[in-house]
Order: sequence, then structure tokens, then C-alpha cells
Amino acid sequence: MAASTHANDLTALPMAMIDHATPIDNWLVVLPVILCLMGGALLLIMRKSRGGLASFAILITIGVILSDAVLLMRTLDGPVSMTMGKWLPPFGIAFTADVMSASFALAAAVAVLAVLFYTQAELETREVRHGFHALVLLLLGGVSGAFLTGDIFNLYVWFEVMLIASFGLMIMGGRKIQLDAAIKYGFLNFLATTFFLTALGLLYGTVGTLNMSDIVRAAAEAPKVPMMAIASLLLLAFGMKAAAFPVNAWLPASYHAPDPGVSALFAGLLTKVGAYALLRSLVVLMPATRDWLEPVLVVIAVGTLVLAPLGALAQTNLRRALGFFVIGGIGAILAGLAIGNTHGLQGAATYAFNSMLVMTAFYLVAGLVERTTGEVDTRQMGGLYAANTPLSIGFLILVIAVAGLPPSFAFWPKLLLVQGSLEAGTNWLLAAILINSLLTSIAGTRLWAHIFWRQGRYGAHSEEPNDRLRPLGAARWGFAAVPTGVLVVGVLLLGLWPDPVFVAGRKAAEGLLNPASYIEATGLAQRQDPVSETQEAMDHTEATQ
Amino acid sequence: MIETTFAILIGVFFAVAVYLLLSKSVIRMLLGITVLGNAVNLLIFTAGRLTRDVPPIVTDEEASRLIEPFANPLPQALILTAIVIGFAMFAFLLVLGYRAYQELDADNTDTMRLTEPEKAPQPPLNY
Repeated sequence: MAASTHANDLTALPMAMIDHATPIDNWLVVLPVILCLMGGALLLIMRKSRGGLASFAILITIGVILSDAVLLMRTLDGPVSMTMGKWLPPFGIAFTADVMSASFALAAAVAVLAVLFYTQAELETREVRHGFHALVLLLLGGVSGAFLTGDIFNLYVWFEVMLIASFGLMIMGGRKIQLDAAIKYGFLNFLATTFFLTALGLLYGTVGTLNMSDIVRAAAEAPKVPMMAIASLLLLAFGMKAAAFPVNAWLPASYHAPDPGVSALFAGLLTKVGAYALLRSLVVLMPATRDWLEPVLVVIAVGTLVLAPLGALAQTNLRRALGFFVIGGIGAILAGLAIGNTHGLQGAATYAFNSMLVMTAFYLVAGLVERTTGEVDTRQMGGLYAANTPLSIGFLILVIAVAGLPPSFAFWPKLLLVQGSLEAGTNWLLAAILINSLLTSIAGTRLWAHIFWRQGRYGAHSEEPNDRLRPLGAARWGFAAVPTGVLVVGVLLLGLWPDPVFVAGRKAAEGLLNPASYIEATGLAQRQDPVSETQEAMDHTEATQ
Repeated sequence: MIETTFAILIGVFFAVAVYLLLSKSVIRMLLGITVLGNAVNLLIFTAGRLTRDVPPIVTDEEASRLIEPFANPLPQALILTAIVIGFAMFAFLLVLGYRAYQELDADNTDTMRLTEPEKAPQPPLNY
């Protein structure tokens, strides 16, 4: 609380302490983070040991997946919250999980598990000794913490945990191209989190609280102009983290430099955290600023949606092209944010969930393609269809999934986005979403044609079979191809049976638009007057639309 | 009054940081990051309101009759966290910049083109 402005509130709260122990089942909210951090610390201690590091990391990740799944089950009945250090909220740091955060954390952990399996065949002993597995678990800890936290300064801390772990992974191996990429990635992402911190300082100075549930109340009463500045700064900071147009240049400059497993991890997890933070801050915390910023959001979403696949079309480097697909996915999430009604937000949440799995799988497939052909340039890859048919089928499924065509799961979120923008009358977004699907399918199928369909390498004798292909060894089939295949099949199955994710997405969107139960979970419900105000403001917005 | 002075100071810090960050030299960008970090720390400090000669610690008896003004210790806790994190990041980026200088023989970001080749090949138009 800002001292001078809220003194009366403090006197009204003689006991700001929790007088009873937190129920043991509420500890579930912090369990994913605790498991990751403890596991990461243990792995750091024993990183010089001869073996078993990967198995240990996989065990921990399975534990995280289980706790995320149980947490998701519980959040379907309503958000779960826990406050640290005996201080009642809004003073103690709270962890609050709703459907959206729990499902994102679950998808992140699943992606990490696939990558951990995949990298078993790829890692050099040197990289294991440098703490690869510890860094992966710390990254997952940072990502899970960012999804599950209910305190906005704590969100900043998780951003930094995530960032420092990703720095370590980015330069693991120490090739020149990685150093080059890390300079760009490092400076711009650190700048983004510093902007976030600036916005935090201003927010604290304006509303005098950092607890997310409490901010909902305080932001509704706060003056418009400072809130506008804070929301714009947050949009810039999270937009940079999410690689939204026009601050997206760092992503295609860096994601293709590290090992394929690491870039799969980055593509799956990191940008989605920025998108999550945007949804959380602009829709839940300051719904009024989202309405003011809507024209800006529309421009950003349209730019991201249209320019990303165009960028992919112009690339010859496979993983650089995929980097543009990651940005295109962020465009779809931002479109949902700009639409702002239930269908739009449901589309954004389900698309983000889907995108985490699809992009991870896509980079893993790209890693296998690079391994088979020994090239990173799509012009030199040709002729893979005959050599490795399963790989070509997987690649094609993922192209369909990225473009959002049926039967992949991504079709359903895109449908929701289209429906939402029809309801809201945002025609530009509607057009951009459809154009994005068209351009992405063109770019994706062209990649597929160059890599798989063409008989040989590009050049004078391009019809000669590619003689440089190397078959995947048994280890790669076992460790690398199987988890990739499981992810691909999973994406397909989700598309054929979309009900569970659909229902969860609906709940997530309703939770975003009406945070009453989110606030109630932290125990701040007794001073709940702002919620009805938010509800009124929302009704008002819908009426004007 | 003192808040206004601080606001102007923070503005100067931000301006210097942005100027340095716009440079192409990695060393200047590092300095810019440092100045920016300090600007933000001062900003949080000022946002927590500046008061003099009041302790932030209240005993049990005082808590029941708490009257203004009292100091707010939270911004300092936030700044402490931000300083530690910022220092770690700076240390990493400094070593990274040095390694990049050794390996790539470049301090100028214009000449770091390994990830984005200057004359990037175009994908073939057939197929």
C-alpha cells in the first residue's frame, strides 16, 4: 500500500496476518514451480555425475505434468489461490491459478517433456556437464511461475528467471552464430523486462498495490491518463516478449541459432508467456485500458497476422521460416485480445494452448529434417519424401496445424476468432485471420514441396536424387522421433475430439472477462464492489459494440 | 517538490539510456542498459513516495493508532530485487559481449550478420 494514500485502509485491517495454516491441497498451486526449482538445483549439484541426469529431469517433468493436470481439474471448479509468508493478500505474495494459467502450465510441461526425450539423442556430454537439464527445468520453473503467479511483481521475477535460463540455453555449445543470436536476443528481451519493470513502478505509484486481484479493484478507480500510459508500456513490454509486430525482429534473428531442441523449447514456451501476460494484464487487471487501446491492438494484430507468413515465404533457412510461423501464431492470440468478447478470448486462449504444442513439435521435426539432410537451407534439402516418409507426413500435418486447417486442432480456435470478430464487427481482423491462414498454408506447403516433394537438391541437376541424405540412427528414431510423433498425433487427436479443450477455453475466457471468482479465491472478496463495476463496464462495452 | 526533481532526474536518466541503447556499439549498449536499470530503480523509489525521518517499522501498540506519515518499505524491497536481477543480467551480457568480441571480432552490431546474412538468398521461384 502506498503509505500516504491508503492509511485508512491499514487501520481498518488490524490483523493483516493469516492465523491458520494454508490447507494442504492449496499447496498444489506452487507445486509445479517448487518441483522445477528443486529439481533444477539438484541437477546443478550433480551435473558432473556420469548418467541419469536426463532420466531425473524427465521424472521431475512428469511430476510437474501430473500436478499441473490435477491443478487444472481443480481450477475447472474455480480458481485456486495461496498466499506466502503468513501475510494476508494483498500484502503477501499470492499464487493464483485459474483455468487459463493451469492449462498453459500443463501445455508448457508437456512440451518440455517432449524436448527432454528428444535431446537425449542429440546432446553432447559437454552440454550435459554444463547443466543443460538444470537450465531446462529452471526455464520450466520460470514459465510455470509466470503462468501461476497472482502478484505482478512476482510475474516480473519469473520473467527474469525464464530469461536467464534461456540465455544459458541459447549459448549452450558456444558456436559463433549462437553468440551473435544471444546478443540480439539478450539485449532486446532484457530491455522488454526493464520496460515491464518501469510500468510496474508507475502502476504501484498509481494504484498502490501489486496483488493482481487487488489491482482489479484499484485500477477501476484509478485516474485514466496514468493508467493509459501504464497499459501502453505493458503492451510494449509484453509485445516485445511475445514478438508482436512491429517489435518482432529479434525472434527470427535468434531462434534458429541454438540446437533444434532448445529452439523448440523457446518457440513453444517463451513467446506464449508474453501473450499470456498481455491477456492477464489488459483483460483482467485493467479492462478499461483494453477498450482504449483497442485500435492499437487491431493494428498490431493485423500487422502480425499478415506480415509473419510473408516473412516465412521469403526464407530459405528452415528454422528461420518457422520463427515467422511462431510470430503468426502470436498474431492470432493478439487478434483474440483485440476482439475482446467471449469468443475472441476463448479463441486466443485455446490457440495459445495449441500453439505451444504445435510449435514445439514443428521445431523438433525441423531438427530431424536438418539431421537427415545435414543442411539448414531448404534449397539443399530436397528428396526427403522417399528417404523418410513418416517425417514428411508429420511435417505436412504440422503445416496444416499451423495454418489452422481442419482436421488439426488449430482450426477450432481460428473458427472461434472468426465468430468472435463477426460478432464484434471487427472486419479488418476477420480479413487478417483468413489471409493469415491462406498465406501460412502457402508458405508451409511450399516448404514441404522444397524439402520433401522435390526429388533432389536445388541447382543445375535438381532432378537427380539427393545423395547427401543420411538415415536417422536407431537412437534418434527411439529418442527423437517418438516424442515428436506423439506430439503430432496428439495435436491431430485434439482436433478430432476438441471438446475438453473447448470447454476449458470457454471457462478461461469467462474467467478473464469476469474476474469475480479470481478475486474471491485470493480472499479479497469482502471488498468486492469493483467487480460489479467491471461487470457494468463490460455490459456497457458490449452494448456499444 | 523533491518528487518533481526526482522525476526530472529520472527523465534525464531515461534519455541518456535510450541514446546509448540506440548506438551500434555493444559496449555503449551495455552502459545504456546499466543507466536504464538505475532510472527504473529511481522511478520505483519515487513512486513509493519520498518521506523523511519516519521509520517504516511499527510496533504492536502503534499499529492500532497508525497515523500519517509513515514510510513505505516495500519500494525498497522491490528495488533490491530489481538491482540483484539487473546486476546478474548485466554481468551475463558483459561476458557475452566480450565473448562475441573475441569470437566474431566485432563490437559493431552492423557487422554481426551470422544469424541474418546481409545478402540472404531468395527461395527458388519454381515449385
